[in-house]
Order: sequence, then structure tokens, then C-alpha cells
Amino acid sequence: MAEKKGKKKDPKEWRIDIDAERCKGCGFCVEFCPKGTLAMSDDFNSKGYHPPMVANPDSCTYCDMCEMVCPEFAIWQASDVQKKDTHIADDLVRMDRMPHIWCPGCGIGTVVNCFVEALHEAGLDLDKTQIVSGIGCTGRVAGYVDLDSYHTTHGRAIPFATGLALGAPDQKVVVISGDGDLTAIGGNHFFHAARRNADMTVICVNNFTYGMTGGQVTPTAPQKSIAITTPYGAFDRPFNIPFIADSCGANFVARWTTYHVRHLQRAIKTALLTPGFSLVEAISPCPTLYGRRNKLGDGLDLMKFYKEKSVRFKKDQHTTADAEIGFQDQIMVGNFVNRENPSLLNAMDSSLKDKLGDKYVQWPIPG
Amino acid sequence: MKKVLMGNHAASWGAKLSRVRMIAAYPITPQTHIVEELSEMCSDGRLDAKFLKVESEHSAMASVIASETTGVRSFTASSSNGLALMHEMLHWAAGARLPIVMVNVNRALAPGWNIWADQGDSLAQRDTGWIQIYVEDNQEVLDSVIQGYRIAEQVNLPVMVCYDAFFLSHTYEPVDIPDQESVDSWLPSFEPDNFLDPENPKAYYGLVMPDNYMEMRYRLQQAHEAAKRVVSEVGNSFGNHFGRPYDLVETIHCDDAETVLITSSSATSPARLVVDKLRDAGRKIGLLKMRVFRPFPTEIVQEILGNKKTAIVIDRNCSWGKGGIFADEIKGAINNLSNRPMVYSFIAGLGGRGITPDLIEDIVKQVENSESPATSSEWIGLKPFN
Ligand SMILES: Cc1ncc(C[n+]2csc(CCOP(=O)(O)OP(=O)(O)O)c2C)c(N)n1
Ligand code: SF4
Ligand code: SF4
Ligand SMILES: [Mg+2]
Repeated sequence: MAEKKGKKKDPKEWRIDIDAERCKGCGFCVEFCPKGTLAMSDDFNSKGYHPPMVANPDSCTYCDMCEMVCPEFAIWQASDVQKKDTHIADDLVRMDRMPHIWCPGCGIGTVVNCFVEALHEAGLDLDKTQIVSGIGCTGRVAGYVDLDSYHTTHGRAIPFATGLALGAPDQKVVVISGDGDLTAIGGNHFFHAARRNADMTVICVNNFTYGMTGGQVTPTAPQKSIAITTPYGAFDRPFNIPFIADSCGANFVARWTTYHVRHLQRAIKTALLTPGFSLVEAISPCPTLYGRRNKLGDGLDLMKFYKEKSVRFKKDQHTTADAEIGFQDQIMVGNFVNRENPSLLNAMDSSLKDKLGDKYVQWPIPG
Repeated sequence: MKKVLMGNHAASWGAKLSRVRMIAAYPITPQTHIVEELSEMCSDGRLDAKFLKVESEHSAMASVIASETTGVRSFTASSSNGLALMHEMLHWAAGARLPIVMVNVNRALAPGWNIWADQGDSLAQRDTGWIQIYVEDNQEVLDSVIQGYRIAEQVNLPVMVCYDAFFLSHTYEPVDIPDQESVDSWLPSFEPDNFLDPENPKAYYGLVMPDNYMEMRYRLQQAHEAAKRVVSEVGNSFGNHFGRPYDLVETIHCDDAETVLITSSSATSPARLVVDKLRDAGRKIGLLKMRVFRPFPTEIVQEILGNKKTAIVIDRNCSWGKGGIFADEIKGAINNLSNRPMVYSFIAGLGGRGITPDLIEDIVKQVENSESPATSSEWIGLKPFN
């Protein structure tokens, strides 16, 4: 379980634990530790990767950056006093299924960390939380989380989730899926769910490509970026996901990258607690396909790029229309929209109540 | 020119040599290499065609329907759930009598996500009005795509070339790639009588009242009847030109056989080995490879199976609530013959399980030791249930 945030931790109580066997050597933890506590070791694990080691234990403030950013759930802060001896994802991810299929340096595991931490912090009843995914590398999240989950068809996560939210209004419905799944083959559903403020949180992992099928161009791929189906660069204009969700009327809209673990986690928490349709876009590295084809280096290089090239959304200066992403250009991040349009369920209820008065029986019919 | 190609690239070459002008596709394993290769060919100018990267398979079929309507030779490819998503548009392509050629890599349908070989996807489209060809090896993939256009454009019907996931799609085999000039001299350019032409405005796809709909549909059925002859003629002419003849079916040792083994797609190759082996051991067994499933070659099947004692059909598919689909269609085809074999129906290899020579031999042995066929298809190679 998550310990209290915001309080300074007593370094005497805490240590860093590393499960070297889980590590795929991406280097995220070492690079993004703000104190230089970690270093890559010369050891090999059985998969042939160099796991990290704690090189300067005294420097550590136990901020949990390494734990949040590690896509393999391989490094965490532990404390006997605070009774924490596992990774934050351990109780919500099916560790018997690890290692997961995601490549070294893929950001999907990092998004999972932000999601599970947000779930804990939001204090939702986990027995009433439903996870829906479409198909893709991201779609595999549904199979890995230890919650009620549905791995639906490619593109149909949102209509599935809409049915779930209407049929079981006491449940919190969360969709976690890829950019291709949600904006290409399932794009139509995305607009409509946002328009109606269907009661769900959508986490869109945007890696600018169809990862699972080998890296073809998606509707979010920046112009000029190379995919196997656009060997000379994409030429059509990509979707600006926050702009679409905003213009359709979604109640909460945010975008962060997998570098911004804390912001991403907080945005997901706010999304989970917002009635109606909430959308969090997580820009995430796909080093194997998008990174390699565009000669952008490995996952770590992509993460460093996010760090350098992200600009903050400022309400008084920007609109979501400014959040378009050009190839290797700035990535605008922030919580763009937070409004209180009636959710689909509320709109349905109040409109029918209005019309039918006492005759109206609220769905689901009790008993 | 001989090259070692995976089945998917043999399909891309088939499309390229047929000089397709428009391709629209959405990625899905195990089809994706076909269109990746074609998009590369379009980008670097080796192929003078437009490649549209659509947002779903439904849009892919809708786009090639549109381009074919304008008189442009068009191509697409898909598999499994992608083909299922095209369903509405598949009916449209055939009903509108558009000679589109597509490739379907046979893959199992979800749920139970599975990317491996299974014919359930394309056989579920059997009533959409498409000609369906089931091919055995990578050479036949390339040859069938080229023949597909000549057949399609003669009878105004779309053609679906189907082959097994991974057993063909990802397996490398030597393939003879004909010269472009040679293909050009055999496959005429596409000159349809009717096409959307701004110089000569016409309205397409309007409402058809009950007084005409049935006749329109009758002509679709007639086109399929005619296609049986055309498939044979085109396969024969292809043989004369390229040295590799094709037909609706292929028979091996069937003339004097008492038992005929019946297969389709890649399962035919191991069946060839088994039949040769059993022949050597003195058994009167033959092999019938079902190459074309729609139109169903009823007359030929009757001719081959009339007077035989036993037919054994192996299906990598199942019509739920009925059984093996090829077996069922074969039974239907021979039903009115006064002398007809007992038909044994077996389901094997679903979701990518191997149909090996040993498994086929076991099936033959099982039939030899039984008196009469079971009323429903028998499932081979099931694990014990607990
Ligand atoms: C109807 C249908 N068409 C195509 C596919 C093949 N397919 C599986 S995953 C995928 C792309 C996934 O891309 P995205 O949603 O961006 O997820 P990522 O893998 O990048 O995380 C495709 C095209 C499918 N499963 N079903
Ligand atoms: S972030 Fe995790 S996977 Fe990456 S190097 Fe550190 S421990 Fe290994
Ligand atoms: S292919 Fe890309 S998106 Fe898929 S697991 Fe690998 S890095 Fe991640
Ligand atoms: Mg993607």
C-alpha cells in the first residue's frame, strides 16, 4: 500500500530494493533519480541486462521517482517500519505474468505505475473498478492488472465501456488503450463518448504508432515522422487528442508524458474522481518502432527528449488548439480542461425525470 | 526470376505485377507485410499506385469499392477480425459487381485472441458473393492474385485469395516471379464498360424495388455459375503462358481410388505425403485439393466422387452447430447422386495447431477401422478435458 505523500521520509527507516531479475536495463531509474543515487551495475541478470545498483545510498531522499518510472516494477523504496516491501504495482498487477511483453524502454509499464498509484490515492473501491482495453501493446494492460478487466476488440473499448457504465452505474469504468485503438479504428466512439460525457476515464497511451502490428503510421503520428507505411514521412495532419476531447465537451482533459510521472499520476487521479468523461493522454516511448525508425535512439533518449521539449500549458496564454505535436517539436503538457458538464447518466436521468415526473424509475431498477 | 519469398511478399508481388492502381489497407497480423511491402513500392515509385492508409478495415473496403467504381484496378488485404469488420462492405463489393481482388490470410477469430491459422474468418464470408480461392503454397499465392484479376474482370465479381497464417504468410519458399512484360501480355489492362465517369454522368447504387431486386440477385448467382468455367479457362491459359496450370480443384491418384482424402490450403501438402506413402503400401487412396470454394465446383466434385466408396474431409474450420464446412458442402454437392461415397468429416488444426502427416494418417486409419461415419464432425487432436 502507498505510504503518505508529501511528508519527508526518515532515511533511517527506508532503503531501495531492486529485483534484478525483473530489470530490462532501460536506465530510466538511474537517469531520472534527482539525487544521483543510482548507477547501472556491471552485473548481468539472467536475461542479459545490467540492473541498476544503489551507488550513493546517503544521497537518497526516498522521493520514489525510480519506483514510479520503472516500467518493469523492478525497483522500489522499502521500509520495515512502514511495512512496505514490494513495488507499488505489486498488489494491482499480476506479477505471476511477469515479465510482461513490453520491450525494454517502452513506457507502457510506467503508465501502469502512475495508474495504480492514482487508483490508490483516489481511494476508489477496487471491487467496483473495471478496466477495459482494446487491442495493441497498450491493450495488454487489461490482462496484466489484477482487477476486473476486459480485453475487447480493436477499437471497441469505448462502446464496451459505455455499456458497462450504463449497465452497472455503481462501477468506475476505466479504459486504457493505444492511440491507434482509440483514435483510428475506434475514433468515432471517442468523439461520441466525449460529446455525451459518458461516465468513464480514458487513458490513451500515445506512442505515435501501431506498436503491436509492427509500427505503421497512426492518425497521431506527427507530419514527417517515418513509419513502415510512410517510409518518406507522414504527410497528413495528425489528431490533436486534447483539442478533440475539449471541443467535444469532455469534463477533464490532460496530457503528460511518461517522464512526468508525478503529474501523470495526479492527472489520472483527478480524472478518476471527475464525473462524466475524463481523458488523460500519456505520451509514451515506443523505442522499438517509432524510436528506431525515426533514428531517435532508445527509450531513455525519448524520455530525455520529453524532458527537454515539453512546455507547460498556461490557461491565460494557450488553448488546446496549441497542443498540436510536430515532429521532434515541443510537446504541450498540462491539465487543459476541468469542467462540470452533466454526465451521460445524469443527463439521461434528469431529462427523463423532467418528462415523466413520478412515473420515472431510475435505472437500474432496484431489486 | 526466382526469389525466396514469404507468402505475404508473394502476394505483394502478385498485386504489383497486376499493376494495381489503388491500395487501401489497415494493419493486422499476419497480413501486414503484404501492404507494408506495397506501401514501400508505391513510395519509391516501383509501383504506380496510390496507397491509402485508412483508419479501419471497413474503410479499406469502402475505399477500394469507390476506386474500383471509378474504373481503377484496386487491391486490399486483411485477416481475421479485420475481415469480419469488412463484412458489410464485402456484400457491397459483390452486389455492385466490382472486380476487386483481396488477400485474406486465414487467422482464427477472437475471443480467445489467437493469431494463428484457421479458415473460420473467410468461410464466415462465404455468402457475401465473393469468389474464394484457397491456396497451398507461396507460388500459388502469387499466381492466384494475378489470375484473380483476370477472373474477376471477366465475370465482374470480386475475388478473395486465402492462405494460412504463418504456414504460408511467414514461411519462405522459392517463388518464380514472372517478368512484368510477360504478365502484361497475359493480363489485359482494366477497361470496364461501366464506371463512374464525370464526362458521362450516371447515378450508382440507388434504391432497387422488389420488381427488380430479385433479377439483380439472380444475375449475381449466374455470374458465379459462369465463374466456374472462367476459373478453369483462366487457370489453363495461365498454364499455357507461365507453365503452371491451375483449376477449380486438383486431383492426385483419384482415378482408381476407392477412398478420396479431401483437403484445402496448406493442409494439402502433408496430405500429399500421406497419400503417396499409402499408395506405396498398396492402398487405393487419392487426394482431392479443393482450390476454389466459391463458386462451389459441384459438377467436378460429383464427377470425382461418384462411384467412390469413401470420402474423408479434413476441415480447419467449423460452422458452429453444424460442423466442418468443406465436408458439409461436399455432402450437399453429391447428395443427389445415386452412387455416392460415405463422407467422413474431421475437424483439425484450429487456431494454428499443426495438421501433420501423422495426424492425417491417424485419420485414415480411424476411417478404415470404422463401419460408417458419425453423424457430426469428429474433432481430432483434442486434449483431454478435466
Ligand atoms: C479489426 C482489427 N483490425 C486490426 C487489428 C490488428 N491490430 C492489433 S493491435 C493494432 C494496433 C494497435 O495500435 P495502438 O492502439 O496504437 O496500440 P499500441 O500497440 O501502439 O500500444 C492493430 C492494427 C485487430 N486486432 N483487429
Ligand atoms: S527503470 Fe527498472 S527496468 Fe529500467 S534500469 Fe531501472 S530497474 Fe531496470
Ligand atoms: S513495440 Fe513499442 S509499444 Fe509495443 S511493447 Fe515494444 S516499445 Fe512498447
Ligand atoms: Mg500506439
